[in-house]
Amino acid sequence: MSRLHDVAWLFSCIFLLTAAAPAQEAGPLGLGRPATPDELAAWDIDVRPDGKGLPEGRGDVLTGEELYTELCAACHGDFGEGSGRLPALAGGEGTLTDEFPVKTVGSFWPYLSTVWDYVHRTMPYGNSQSLSDDEVYALTAYILYLNDLVDEDFELSRENLPAIRLPNEGGFIMDDRAETELPAFSAEPCMENCKDRVEITARAGALDVTPGAEEQ
Amino acid sequence: MSGSDGKTGATRRGFLKGALAAGAGAVSAGGAEAAGGDPAITELQPWMREFGPGVDASPYGVPSEHESHVRRRYVEWLRPDTISAVNFTPIHQLDGIITPNGLCFERHHSGVAQIDPARHRLMINGLVERPLVFTMEDLKRFPRENRIYFLECAANSGMEWRGPQLNGCQFTHGMIHNLMYTGIPLSHVLNEAGLKPGAKWLLAEGADAAAMTRSIPLEKALDDCMLAFAMNGEALRPEQGYPLRLVVPGWEGNMWIKWLRRIEVGDRPWHQREETSKYTDLLGDGRTRRFTFEMDAKSVITSPSPQAPITHGPGPTVITGIAWSGRGTIARVDVTLDGGINWQPARLSGPSFDKSMHRFYFEFDWDGRPMLLQSRAIDSTGYVQPTKDALRAVRGVSSGYHNNGIQTWAIDSDGRAENVEIT
Ligand code: HEC
Repeated sequence: MSRLHDVAWLFSCIFLLTAAAPAQEAGPLGLGRPATPDELAAWDIDVRPDGKGLPEGRGDVLTGEELYTELCAACHGDFGEGSGRLPALAGGEGTLTDEFPVKTVGSFWPYLSTVWDYVHRTMPYGNSQSLSDDEVYALTAYILYLNDLVDEDFELSRENLPAIRLPNEGGFIMDDRAETELPAFSAEPCMENCKDRVEITARAGALDVTPGAEEQ
Repeated sequence: MSGSDGKTGATRRGFLKGALAAGAGAVSAGGAEAAGGDPAITELQPWMREFGPGVDASPYGVPSEHESHVRRRYVEWLRPDTISAVNFTPIHQLDGIITPNGLCFERHHSGVAQIDPARHRLMINGLVERPLVFTMEDLKRFPRENRIYFLECAANSGMEWRGPQLNGCQFTHGMIHNLMYTGIPLSHVLNEAGLKPGAKWLLAEGADAAAMTRSIPLEKALDDCMLAFAMNGEALRPEQGYPLRLVVPGWEGNMWIKWLRRIEVGDRPWHQREETSKYTDLLGDGRTRRFTFEMDAKSVITSPSPQAPITHGPGPTVITGIAWSGRGTIARVDVTLDGGINWQPARLSGPSFDKSMHRFYFEFDWDGRPMLLQSRAIDSTGYVQPTKDALRAVRGVSSGYHNNGIQTWAIDSDGRAENVEIT
């Protein structure tokens, strides 16, 4: 009800403003101001799998290796194997059905554009947006190399990035819970004598990983 | 987890230990059986004789010092550091449906952005007639709304996919909070910019050093998404996105971009890191579900639970807990004391809002025998919260996210609770 009310309210505003102000210049309430081209360039940094948003630039595996050794290896390991709880960037091929899958750019990520976008917006950790576009191309090329997806003379650029396919792209499906789960999980539940007996099969206490457990 | 605990925490631990050591039945109403009566009554207490602090001693009020053990907690082994990390809401110590602002769990990817609201901007760009920039002052000139929603992290209970790990609902279920948001419908701002034909998806982006991004279908944005600047009547807390956060009712918490600085309109999703590498659900057969936005119906008994044992012994006992659904309201919650052989409907109390937390109670006379407690939520669509094994049968154990299975607490005859799984 309140939403309908708002819509009516907005429509009356649209009417008043379009009567008073020239069309196209402002929105229904005339709030905010136009974004300038420089502002758009500063903030509109996202990249899509089809390459939309990628800036001009290029970088090769060897340049990427130098940058990686200097800026990334301390946290992600010399070969992208990760360190401690810091994520691995390479390896894990063929482990997705294992008991403990290793999800990396090579084994799991569907699109290369995501690597470019993420490294550019937030890596190295603690010094976001410090890399030049060419450096991000070089680092992305090196991450491909670490995953055995390109040779060491490979150069990545705005032109060839969208065409590169990661191995697990086809492994993703849309949320299918509406078909695979909702009907099965919507039956009227049993209330009485639902099973004969009950046994405990596992206990958290056995692991002892709860912080502050001594407080209880 | 010690240090900041202080004197009160120590006292409380002493109390819990003492109460448990005394065993079932021995503990009754406040020492009234002591000869001559309860010292809480027969002795003059300091607060009965002396003045307390004056009115302005605490211009921004804080809880009683006796409640200082009620706080968010952090699990050190979960994340590499506290900068991209998570802590947990103490749901075992809360009641009602509203989470106090200072106790809402935190999940950041680059720490808590420290934003001067005078220098915060929201940009709308992409497939719009007019790319616009708004100040916070501009945003507060749109018609406002107040709505109550839960926010649950998709990884809530994610540590439990392979079996029970953490002894306490704060840790197993504490990546949730429920707040009244004040803000403006996202549709107002989108209308102001004017959507172009072909607009189907939005990208929301944060102003923190993670520049957190998520793709959101336009249909959802126009349906019930909000730009919120207040929680429970006051400005957002910095750790909840001050000065502006996106509210995406019923959908996974990661999409509720904090420190929101930009919304881009496009014709397809962006496949950002948080919707490819993370927040996708790897199934047992090696395929991965993407865009699993809605939070399935879920409930948990918050007391008794491992951090909130029964300390009063047999007799009248209150079970309480919370339930929620990303697809509507909660129609019913059932409780079992015997591990699911027999179930009884619990009593819902408090307002029932769409995509909001619901509070349930179940009062009974405990005979002091061990119990296997579970709760089971049924939402307004008829969806029944499944067992963890039923979920595993469909999804395997590696998905990490969206674990809404039924939680079991084993209660022993002393009232202690443990996180277990049962047949
Ligand atoms: C100080 C440690 C540190 C350094 C240095 C660092 N990273 Fe990271 N990186 C992290 C952490 C921590 C995360 C996970 C952040 C999160 O999840 O919020 C991460 C995540 C990533 C990811 C995503 C991994 C995944 O599986 O989702 C990529 C890709 C990445 N970093 C690339 C780089 C590159 C390239 C560099 C060098 C330019 C770099 N990192 C430097 C700590 C670091």
